[in-house]
Amino acid sequence: MIQDFITIIQDYWLLLLIGQYPNGPLGGLANTLILSALAIAFAFPVSILMALARLSKWWFLRWPMTALVYVTRGVPLLMLILWCYFVIPLWTGADVPSFLIMLVTLVIYQGAFLSEVVRAGIVSLGQGQMDAARALGHGYMGAMRFVILPQALYNMIPSMISTFVSTIKDTTLGYVINVPDLTFAASQVNNQLLTQPFQVFLILALVYYILCWSLTYVANSVERRIARRRAGPRNARLPAEAAPLKTITEQL
Amino acid sequence: MNGFDLSAILTNPEYISMLLHGIEMTFIIYIGSWVLAMTLAILLLALRVSPLRIGEPIVAAYVSYHRNVPTLVQLMLWYFGIFTLMPQGLSDWLANNNAEAIFAVIGLGLCQAAYFSEDLRSGLRSVSPGQMEAAQALGHGYASAMRFVIMPQGVRNALPPLINHSVSLFKNSSLAIVIGAPELTHAVKEIENISFRTFEIYMIGTVTYLFFSLIIMGIGAYIAMRADPARRARA
Repeated sequence: MIQDFITIIQDYWLLLLIGQYPNGPLGGLANTLILSALAIAFAFPVSILMALARLSKWWFLRWPMTALVYVTRGVPLLMLILWCYFVIPLWTGADVPSFLIMLVTLVIYQGAFLSEVVRAGIVSLGQGQMDAARALGHGYMGAMRFVILPQALYNMIPSMISTFVSTIKDTTLGYVINVPDLTFAASQVNNQLLTQPFQVFLILALVYYILCWSLTYVANSVERRIARRRAGPRNARLPAEAAPLKTITEQL
Repeated sequence: MNGFDLSAILTNPEYISMLLHGIEMTFIIYIGSWVLAMTLAILLLALRVSPLRIGEPIVAAYVSYHRNVPTLVQLMLWYFGIFTLMPQGLSDWLANNNAEAIFAVIGLGLCQAAYFSEDLRSGLRSVSPGQMEAAQALGHGYASAMRFVIMPQGVRNALPPLINHSVSLFKNSSLAIVIGAPELTHAVKEIENISFRTFEIYMIGTVTYLFFSLIIMGIGAYIAMRADPARRARA
Protein backbone atom coordinates (compact mmCIF):
# COMPACT_ATOMS: atom_id res chain seq x y z
CA MET A 1 0.00 0.00 0.00
CA ILE A 2 2.71 2.51 1.01
CA GLN A 3 4.69 1.32 -2.00
CA ASP A 4 1.75 2.26 -4.25
CA PHE A 5 1.75 5.83 -2.96
CA ILE A 6 5.47 6.22 -3.54
CA THR A 7 5.22 4.81 -7.06
CA ILE A 8 2.32 7.08 -7.99
CA ILE A 9 4.11 10.16 -6.67
CA GLN A 10 7.35 9.19 -8.42
CA ASP A 11 5.60 8.61 -11.74
CA TYR A 12 3.17 11.51 -11.76
CA TRP A 13 4.56 14.28 -9.55
CA LEU A 14 5.27 16.50 -12.52
CA LEU A 15 1.74 16.08 -13.91
CA LEU A 16 0.26 16.90 -10.51
CA LEU A 17 2.55 19.89 -10.15
CA ILE A 18 2.28 21.65 -13.53
CA GLY A 19 -0.11 19.55 -15.63
CA GLN A 20 0.73 19.03 -19.32
CA TYR A 21 2.96 22.12 -19.49
CA PRO A 22 5.08 22.81 -21.68
CA ASN A 23 3.33 20.46 -24.14
CA GLY A 24 -0.14 21.58 -23.17
CA PRO A 25 -1.82 24.16 -20.97
CA LEU A 26 -0.42 24.85 -17.52
CA GLY A 27 -2.29 22.78 -14.96
CA GLY A 28 -1.97 20.96 -11.69
CA LEU A 29 -1.06 22.55 -8.39
CA ALA A 30 0.60 25.54 -10.09
CA ASN A 31 -2.62 26.39 -11.89
CA THR A 32 -4.69 25.98 -8.73
CA LEU A 33 -2.43 28.45 -6.96
CA ILE A 34 -2.36 30.94 -9.84
CA LEU A 35 -6.13 30.77 -10.21
CA SER A 36 -6.76 31.36 -6.50
CA ALA A 37 -4.17 34.14 -6.27
CA LEU A 38 -5.62 35.96 -9.29
CA ALA A 39 -9.16 35.44 -8.01
CA ILE A 40 -8.37 36.93 -4.63
CA ALA A 41 -6.34 39.77 -6.19
CA PHE A 42 -9.32 40.82 -8.31
CA ALA A 43 -11.95 40.01 -5.69
CA PHE A 44 -10.34 42.37 -3.20
CA PRO A 45 -10.90 45.68 -5.05
CA VAL A 46 -14.26 44.42 -6.31
CA SER A 47 -15.33 43.68 -2.75
CA ILE A 48 -14.39 47.20 -1.58
CA LEU A 49 -16.45 48.73 -4.38
CA MET A 50 -19.34 46.40 -3.57
CA ALA A 51 -19.19 47.26 0.13
CA LEU A 52 -19.15 50.98 -0.64
CA ALA A 53 -22.12 50.48 -2.97
CA ARG A 54 -24.01 48.65 -0.24
CA LEU A 55 -23.35 51.49 2.21
CA SER A 56 -24.16 54.14 -0.37
CA LYS A 57 -27.01 56.56 0.16
CA TRP A 58 -28.16 56.06 -3.43
CA TRP A 59 -30.71 53.30 -3.79
CA PHE A 60 -29.68 52.48 -7.37
CA LEU A 61 -26.28 51.42 -6.07
CA ARG A 62 -27.47 49.86 -2.84
CA TRP A 63 -30.33 47.67 -4.02
CA PRO A 64 -28.65 45.76 -6.87
CA MET A 65 -25.60 45.05 -4.70
CA THR A 66 -27.73 43.83 -1.81
CA ALA A 67 -29.60 41.58 -4.22
CA LEU A 68 -26.33 40.27 -5.66
CA VAL A 69 -24.99 39.48 -2.19
CA TYR A 70 -28.17 37.59 -1.29
CA VAL A 71 -28.13 35.66 -4.55
CA THR A 72 -24.52 34.59 -4.07
CA ARG A 73 -25.31 33.59 -0.50
CA GLY A 74 -28.34 31.55 -1.52
CA VAL A 75 -27.23 29.88 -4.75
CA PRO A 76 -24.61 27.13 -4.97
CA LEU A 77 -21.29 28.11 -6.50
CA LEU A 78 -21.79 25.27 -8.96
CA MET A 79 -24.90 26.96 -10.33
CA LEU A 80 -22.97 30.22 -10.69
CA ILE A 81 -20.21 28.42 -12.58
CA LEU A 82 -22.77 26.92 -14.96
CA TRP A 83 -24.25 30.37 -15.50
CA CYS A 84 -20.90 31.93 -16.36
CA TYR A 85 -19.96 28.96 -18.52
CA PHE A 86 -23.11 29.63 -20.53
CA VAL A 87 -23.36 33.42 -20.46
CA ILE A 88 -19.77 34.63 -20.91
CA PRO A 89 -19.15 32.98 -24.32
CA LEU A 90 -22.63 34.13 -25.36
CA TRP A 91 -21.92 37.77 -24.56
CA THR A 92 -18.37 37.97 -25.77
CA GLY A 93 -19.00 35.79 -28.79
CA ALA A 94 -15.55 34.26 -28.32
CA ASP A 95 -14.28 30.88 -27.24
CA VAL A 96 -13.38 31.76 -23.66
CA PRO A 97 -11.03 29.30 -21.91
CA SER A 98 -12.52 27.61 -18.86
CA PHE A 99 -9.74 29.05 -16.71
CA LEU A 100 -11.01 32.56 -17.41
CA ILE A 101 -14.64 31.56 -16.78
CA MET A 102 -13.69 30.07 -13.45
CA LEU A 103 -11.71 33.21 -12.60
CA VAL A 104 -14.69 35.48 -13.32
CA THR A 105 -17.03 33.25 -11.28
CA LEU A 106 -14.67 33.21 -8.32
CA VAL A 107 -14.19 36.98 -8.43
CA ILE A 108 -17.96 37.54 -8.32
CA TYR A 109 -18.54 34.90 -5.66
CA GLN A 110 -15.68 35.75 -3.33
CA GLY A 111 -16.13 39.46 -4.01
CA ALA A 112 -19.67 39.24 -2.69
CA PHE A 113 -18.54 37.36 0.41
CA LEU A 114 -15.57 39.63 1.06
CA SER A 115 -17.78 42.67 0.60
CA GLU A 116 -19.72 41.55 3.67
CA VAL A 117 -16.43 41.42 5.58
CA VAL A 118 -15.44 44.88 4.38
CA ARG A 119 -18.88 46.24 5.18
CA ALA A 120 -18.76 44.78 8.68
CA GLY A 121 -15.28 46.29 9.10
CA ILE A 122 -16.49 49.74 8.04
CA VAL A 123 -19.68 49.60 10.11
CA SER A 124 -17.79 48.42 13.20
CA LEU A 125 -15.59 51.54 13.09
CA GLY A 126 -18.61 53.61 13.98
CA GLN A 127 -19.98 56.85 12.58
CA GLY A 128 -17.62 58.99 14.68
CA GLN A 129 -14.59 58.30 12.46
CA MET A 130 -16.44 59.53 9.39
CA ASP A 131 -17.82 62.57 11.23
CA ALA A 132 -14.37 63.48 12.54
CA ALA A 133 -12.78 63.09 9.11
CA ARG A 134 -15.47 65.26 7.52
CA ALA A 135 -15.05 67.85 10.26
CA LEU A 136 -11.34 67.98 9.44
CA GLY A 137 -12.20 68.91 5.88
CA HIS A 138 -12.05 65.57 4.05
CA GLY A 139 -14.68 64.90 1.42
CA TYR A 140 -16.46 61.56 1.37
CA MET A 141 -13.86 59.96 -0.90
CA GLY A 142 -10.96 61.43 1.05
CA ALA A 143 -12.39 60.29 4.36
CA MET A 144 -12.88 56.76 2.99
CA ARG A 145 -9.45 56.68 1.37
CA PHE A 146 -7.38 58.09 4.23
CA VAL A 147 -9.36 57.39 7.41
CA ILE A 148 -11.98 54.65 7.15
CA LEU A 149 -10.57 52.06 4.73
CA PRO A 150 -7.03 51.89 6.16
CA GLN A 151 -8.45 50.97 9.55
CA ALA A 152 -11.14 48.65 8.27
CA LEU A 153 -8.84 46.82 5.86
CA TYR A 154 -6.05 46.32 8.37
CA ASN A 155 -8.45 44.47 10.64
CA MET A 156 -9.53 42.41 7.64
CA ILE A 157 -6.16 40.82 6.87
CA PRO A 158 -6.91 37.50 8.65
CA SER A 159 -10.27 37.25 6.87
CA MET A 160 -8.44 37.82 3.62
CA ILE A 161 -6.17 34.87 4.24
CA SER A 162 -9.03 32.59 5.21
CA THR A 163 -10.87 33.73 2.10
CA PHE A 164 -7.77 32.71 0.14
CA VAL A 165 -8.04 29.26 1.71
CA SER A 166 -11.69 28.93 0.78
CA THR A 167 -10.87 30.16 -2.72
CA ILE A 168 -8.34 27.36 -3.08
CA LYS A 169 -11.04 24.93 -2.01
CA ASP A 170 -13.51 26.55 -4.40
CA THR A 171 -11.20 26.10 -7.39
CA THR A 172 -11.84 22.35 -7.17
CA LEU A 173 -15.30 23.02 -8.58
CA GLY A 174 -13.62 24.01 -11.84
CA TYR A 175 -13.46 20.24 -12.35
CA VAL A 176 -17.06 20.45 -13.58
CA ILE A 177 -16.10 22.71 -16.51
CA ASN A 178 -12.69 21.03 -17.03
CA VAL A 179 -10.41 23.73 -15.66
CA PRO A 180 -6.96 22.09 -15.71
CA ASP A 181 -6.24 22.34 -11.98
CA LEU A 182 -4.92 19.92 -9.36
CA THR A 183 -8.19 17.96 -9.09
CA PHE A 184 -8.31 17.64 -12.85
CA ALA A 185 -4.70 16.39 -12.93
CA ALA A 186 -5.48 13.82 -10.24
CA SER A 187 -8.45 12.49 -12.15
CA GLN A 188 -6.23 12.24 -15.24
CA VAL A 189 -3.77 10.19 -13.22
CA ASN A 190 -6.67 8.07 -12.02
CA ASN A 191 -7.85 7.51 -15.57
CA GLN A 192 -4.37 6.35 -16.62
CA LEU A 193 -3.94 3.98 -13.68
CA LEU A 194 -7.55 2.80 -13.36
CA THR A 195 -6.71 0.39 -10.55
CA GLN A 196 -5.73 2.62 -7.66
CA PRO A 197 -8.41 5.29 -7.24
CA PHE A 198 -8.17 5.30 -3.44
CA GLN A 199 -4.43 5.99 -3.48
CA VAL A 200 -4.72 8.75 -6.08
CA PHE A 201 -7.54 10.60 -4.37
CA LEU A 202 -5.93 10.23 -0.96
CA ILE A 203 -2.78 11.88 -2.33
CA LEU A 204 -4.99 14.63 -3.73
CA ALA A 205 -6.67 15.13 -0.37
CA LEU A 206 -3.31 15.23 1.41
CA VAL A 207 -1.90 17.87 -0.94
CA TYR A 208 -4.92 20.10 -0.38
CA TYR A 209 -4.70 19.44 3.33
CA ILE A 210 -1.06 20.52 3.58
CA LEU A 211 -1.71 23.62 1.48
CA CYS A 212 -4.80 24.80 3.33
CA TRP A 213 -3.57 23.83 6.76
CA SER A 214 -0.39 25.89 6.42
CA LEU A 215 -2.31 28.91 5.14
CA THR A 216 -4.79 28.62 8.02
CA TYR A 217 -1.83 28.49 10.38
CA VAL A 218 -0.46 31.72 8.88
CA ALA A 219 -3.89 33.33 9.16
CA ASN A 220 -4.13 32.44 12.82
CA SER A 221 -0.73 33.81 13.70
CA VAL A 222 -1.39 37.04 11.79
CA GLU A 223 -4.70 37.31 13.61
CA ARG A 224 -2.96 36.97 16.98
CA ARG A 225 -0.45 39.60 16.00
CA ILE A 226 -3.16 42.04 14.96
CA ALA A 227 -5.14 41.38 18.12
CA ARG A 228 -1.97 42.11 20.13
CA ARG A 229 -1.31 45.32 18.26
CA ARG A 230 -4.89 46.46 18.68
CA ALA A 231 -4.68 45.78 22.40
CA GLY A 232 -2.08 48.57 22.52
CA PRO A 233 1.51 48.74 23.77
CA ARG A 234 0.45 48.50 27.42
CA ASN A 235 -0.90 45.00 26.92
CA ALA A 236 1.63 43.98 24.30
CA ARG A 237 3.34 41.44 26.52
CA LEU A 238 0.12 39.70 27.51
CA PRO A 239 -0.89 36.65 25.56
CA ALA A 240 -3.42 37.92 23.09
CA GLU A 241 -6.56 36.02 23.99
CA ALA A 242 -8.69 38.93 22.84
CA ALA A 243 -11.94 38.21 21.07
CA PRO A 244 -11.16 36.78 17.65
CA LEU A 245 -11.96 39.02 14.74
CA LYS A 246 -15.14 38.13 13.02
CA THR A 247 -14.35 36.13 9.96
CA ILE A 248 -17.13 35.65 7.48
CA THR A 249 -16.13 33.21 4.84
CA GLU A 250 -17.89 30.62 2.85
CA GLN A 251 -17.00 27.07 3.69
CA LEU A 252 -16.71 24.59 0.91
CA MET B 1 -31.86 30.62 -30.29
CA ASN B 2 -35.57 31.20 -29.63
CA GLY B 3 -36.81 33.90 -27.33
CA PHE B 4 -36.99 33.58 -23.58
CA ASP B 5 -39.94 31.34 -22.77
CA LEU B 6 -40.33 29.88 -19.31
CA SER B 7 -43.62 28.19 -20.16
CA ALA B 8 -41.85 25.88 -22.63
CA ILE B 9 -40.38 24.17 -19.58
CA LEU B 10 -43.03 24.78 -16.97
CA THR B 11 -45.86 23.34 -19.07
CA ASN B 12 -43.99 20.20 -20.08
CA PRO B 13 -45.00 17.43 -17.63
CA GLU B 14 -41.82 15.47 -18.34
CA TYR B 15 -39.53 18.35 -17.35
CA ILE B 16 -41.66 19.15 -14.32
CA SER B 17 -41.42 15.59 -13.07
CA MET B 18 -37.61 15.60 -13.61
CA LEU B 19 -37.35 18.84 -11.66
CA LEU B 20 -39.50 17.52 -8.82
CA HIS B 21 -37.42 14.36 -8.61
CA GLY B 22 -34.30 16.50 -8.49
CA ILE B 23 -35.69 18.63 -5.69
CA GLU B 24 -36.75 15.51 -3.81
CA MET B 25 -33.25 14.01 -4.09
CA THR B 26 -31.65 17.30 -3.05
CA PHE B 27 -33.79 17.28 0.07
CA ILE B 28 -33.09 13.61 0.81
CA ILE B 29 -29.36 14.36 0.62
CA TYR B 30 -29.72 17.59 2.57
CA ILE B 31 -31.82 16.22 5.42
CA GLY B 32 -29.89 12.95 5.58
CA SER B 33 -26.53 14.67 5.79
CA TRP B 34 -27.83 17.32 8.20
CA VAL B 35 -29.06 14.67 10.66
CA LEU B 36 -25.85 12.66 10.28
CA ALA B 37 -23.74 15.80 10.76
CA MET B 38 -25.61 16.99 13.83
CA THR B 39 -25.51 13.56 15.50
CA LEU B 40 -21.80 13.22 14.83
CA ALA B 41 -21.14 16.79 15.91
CA ILE B 42 -22.73 16.15 19.31
CA LEU B 43 -20.72 12.94 19.69
CA LEU B 44 -17.51 14.78 18.74
CA LEU B 45 -18.29 17.52 21.20
CA ALA B 46 -18.98 14.98 23.95
CA LEU B 47 -15.69 13.27 23.16
CA ARG B 48 -13.89 16.59 23.27
CA VAL B 49 -15.21 17.72 26.65
CA SER B 50 -14.96 14.23 28.16
CA PRO B 51 -12.14 13.56 30.61
CA LEU B 52 -10.63 11.02 28.18
CA ARG B 53 -7.19 12.35 27.21
CA ILE B 54 -7.29 10.69 23.80
CA GLY B 55 -10.54 12.44 22.82
CA GLU B 56 -9.08 15.89 22.24
CA PRO B 57 -6.42 15.07 19.61
CA ILE B 58 -8.75 12.69 17.76
CA VAL B 59 -11.48 15.30 17.43
CA ALA B 60 -8.93 17.99 16.55
CA ALA B 61 -7.53 15.82 13.76
CA TYR B 62 -11.02 15.01 12.50
CA VAL B 63 -12.02 18.67 12.37
CA SER B 64 -8.73 19.73 10.82
CA TYR B 65 -8.97 17.15 8.02
CA HIS B 66 -12.56 17.96 7.14
CA ARG B 67 -12.06 21.70 7.18
CA ASN B 68 -8.85 21.80 5.15
CA VAL B 69 -9.71 19.37 2.36
CA PRO B 70 -12.22 20.62 -0.23
CA THR B 71 -15.62 18.96 0.13
CA LEU B 72 -15.52 17.93 -3.50
CA VAL B 73 -12.27 16.02 -2.96
CA GLN B 74 -13.76 14.34 0.11
CA LEU B 75 -16.75 13.21 -1.94
CA MET B 76 -14.48 11.91 -4.70
CA LEU B 77 -12.36 10.04 -2.18
CA TRP B 78 -15.48 8.38 -0.78
CA TYR B 79 -17.14 7.51 -4.04
CA PHE B 80 -14.20 6.74 -6.33
CA GLY B 81 -11.80 5.58 -3.63
CA ILE B 82 -13.29 4.04 -0.52
CA PHE B 83 -16.23 2.54 -2.42
CA THR B 84 -13.81 0.32 -4.39
CA LEU B 85 -12.09 -0.90 -1.22
CA MET B 86 -15.28 -2.14 0.38
CA PRO B 87 -15.99 -5.88 0.62
CA GLN B 88 -17.82 -7.31 -2.38
CA GLY B 89 -21.11 -7.94 -0.61
CA LEU B 90 -21.38 -4.44 0.79
CA SER B 91 -20.42 -2.68 -2.43
CA ASP B 92 -22.91 -4.78 -4.42
CA TRP B 93 -25.64 -3.88 -1.98
CA LEU B 94 -24.71 -0.21 -2.19
CA ALA B 95 -24.59 -0.28 -5.98
CA ASN B 96 -28.14 -1.64 -6.02
CA ASN B 97 -29.36 0.93 -3.50
CA ASN B 98 -28.42 4.26 -5.03
CA ALA B 99 -24.80 4.34 -3.90
CA GLU B 100 -24.37 7.91 -5.26
CA ALA B 101 -26.94 9.33 -2.88
CA ILE B 102 -25.67 7.28 0.07
CA PHE B 103 -22.10 8.44 -0.47
CA ALA B 104 -23.25 12.02 -0.94
CA VAL B 105 -24.98 11.81 2.46
CA ILE B 106 -21.93 10.20 4.09
CA GLY B 107 -19.40 12.57 2.52
CA LEU B 108 -21.34 15.77 3.12
CA GLY B 109 -22.48 14.66 6.58
CA LEU B 110 -19.00 13.77 7.83
CA CYS B 111 -17.61 17.01 6.46
CA GLN B 112 -20.37 19.13 7.93
CA ALA B 113 -20.06 17.43 11.33
CA ALA B 114 -16.67 19.12 11.71
CA TYR B 115 -18.19 22.57 11.17
CA PHE B 116 -21.21 21.90 13.39
CA SER B 117 -19.10 20.59 16.25
CA GLU B 118 -16.83 23.65 16.08
CA ASP B 119 -19.90 25.92 16.12
CA LEU B 120 -21.31 24.14 19.17
CA ARG B 121 -17.96 24.17 20.90
CA SER B 122 -17.40 27.89 20.45
CA GLY B 123 -20.99 28.45 21.59
CA LEU B 124 -20.35 26.49 24.78
CA ARG B 125 -17.00 28.15 25.37
CA SER B 126 -18.64 31.56 25.31
CA VAL B 127 -20.64 30.63 28.44
CA SER B 128 -18.55 31.85 31.34
CA PRO B 129 -17.31 29.25 33.87
CA GLY B 130 -19.00 31.26 36.61
CA GLN B 131 -22.34 30.02 35.29
CA MET B 132 -21.40 26.43 36.09
CA GLU B 133 -20.13 27.37 39.55
CA ALA B 134 -23.26 29.38 40.27
CA ALA B 135 -25.50 26.54 39.11
CA GLN B 136 -23.64 24.06 41.31
CA ALA B 137 -23.81 26.45 44.24
CA LEU B 138 -27.57 26.50 43.74
CA GLY B 139 -27.64 22.72 44.16
CA HIS B 140 -27.56 21.52 40.54
CA GLY B 141 -25.46 18.46 39.79
CA TYR B 142 -23.11 18.48 36.77
CA ALA B 143 -25.66 16.93 34.43
CA SER B 144 -28.55 19.10 35.50
CA ALA B 145 -26.41 22.25 35.43
CA MET B 146 -25.43 21.32 31.87
CA ARG B 147 -29.04 20.65 30.93
CA PHE B 148 -30.69 23.71 32.48
CA VAL B 149 -27.99 26.37 32.63
CA ILE B 150 -25.04 25.82 30.30
CA MET B 151 -26.63 24.13 27.27
CA PRO B 152 -29.50 26.62 26.72
CA GLN B 153 -27.03 29.52 26.68
CA GLY B 154 -24.38 27.69 24.68
CA VAL B 155 -26.76 26.50 21.96
CA ARG B 156 -28.25 29.97 21.72
CA ASN B 157 -24.80 31.46 21.16
CA ALA B 158 -24.07 28.80 18.56
CA LEU B 159 -27.24 29.43 16.58
CA PRO B 160 -26.03 32.07 14.07
CA PRO B 161 -23.08 30.01 12.75
CA LEU B 162 -25.19 26.83 12.83
CA ILE B 163 -27.79 28.51 10.62
CA ASN B 164 -25.14 29.82 8.22
CA HIS B 165 -23.62 26.38 7.95
CA SER B 166 -27.03 24.76 7.47
CA VAL B 167 -27.55 27.02 4.47
CA SER B 168 -24.14 26.20 3.04
CA LEU B 169 -24.82 22.49 3.52
CA PHE B 170 -27.93 22.94 1.39
CA LYS B 171 -25.85 24.66 -1.28
CA ASN B 172 -23.13 22.04 -1.03
CA SER B 173 -25.66 19.29 -1.76
CA SER B 174 -25.20 20.41 -5.39
CA LEU B 175 -21.67 18.95 -5.29
CA ALA B 176 -23.27 15.51 -5.37
CA ILE B 177 -23.58 15.98 -9.14
CA VAL B 178 -19.86 15.18 -9.45
CA ILE B 179 -20.41 11.65 -8.17
CA GLY B 180 -23.59 11.34 -10.21
CA ALA B 181 -26.35 11.63 -7.62
CA PRO B 182 -29.56 12.68 -9.43
CA GLU B 183 -30.25 15.86 -7.45
CA LEU B 184 -31.49 19.27 -8.57
CA THR B 185 -28.38 20.49 -10.42
CA HIS B 186 -28.23 17.14 -12.17
CA ALA B 187 -31.88 17.49 -13.23
CA VAL B 188 -31.17 21.02 -14.47
CA LYS B 189 -28.26 19.77 -16.60
CA GLU B 190 -30.35 16.92 -17.99
CA ILE B 191 -33.24 19.16 -18.96
CA GLU B 192 -30.75 21.56 -20.55
CA ASN B 193 -29.36 18.71 -22.64
CA ILE B 194 -32.81 17.66 -23.85
CA SER B 195 -34.53 21.01 -24.31
CA PHE B 196 -31.61 23.34 -25.25
CA ARG B 197 -33.43 26.04 -23.29
CA THR B 198 -30.36 26.77 -21.18
CA PHE B 199 -31.34 30.23 -20.03
CA GLU B 200 -34.81 29.25 -18.86
CA ILE B 201 -33.84 26.09 -17.02
CA TYR B 202 -30.84 27.72 -15.31
CA MET B 203 -33.17 30.48 -14.22
CA ILE B 204 -35.59 27.95 -12.75
CA GLY B 205 -32.78 26.08 -10.99
CA THR B 206 -31.29 29.27 -9.57
CA VAL B 207 -34.63 30.56 -8.31
CA THR B 208 -35.40 27.18 -6.74
CA TYR B 209 -32.11 27.13 -4.86
CA LEU B 210 -32.51 30.73 -3.80
CA PHE B 211 -36.09 30.10 -2.65
CA PHE B 212 -35.17 27.16 -0.41
CA SER B 213 -32.02 28.88 0.92
CA LEU B 214 -34.07 31.90 1.91
CA ILE B 215 -36.61 29.61 3.60
CA ILE B 216 -33.83 27.92 5.57
CA MET B 217 -32.44 31.34 6.53
CA GLY B 218 -35.96 32.40 7.55
CA ILE B 219 -36.52 29.31 9.71
CA GLY B 220 -33.13 29.95 11.32
CA ALA B 221 -34.00 33.57 12.04
CA TYR B 222 -37.32 32.43 13.55
CA ILE B 223 -35.63 29.89 15.83
CA ALA B 224 -33.03 32.46 16.88
CA MET B 225 -35.80 34.92 17.65
CA ARG B 226 -37.71 32.33 19.69
CA ALA B 227 -34.57 31.51 21.66
CA ASP B 228 -33.91 35.13 22.51
CA PRO B 229 -34.48 35.52 26.27
CA ALA B 230 -35.39 39.19 25.95
CA ARG B 231 -38.35 38.24 23.81
CA ARG B 232 -39.38 35.40 26.10
CA ALA B 233 -39.36 37.67 29.13
CA ARG B 234 -41.77 39.98 27.33
CA ALA B 235 -44.14 37.19 26.32
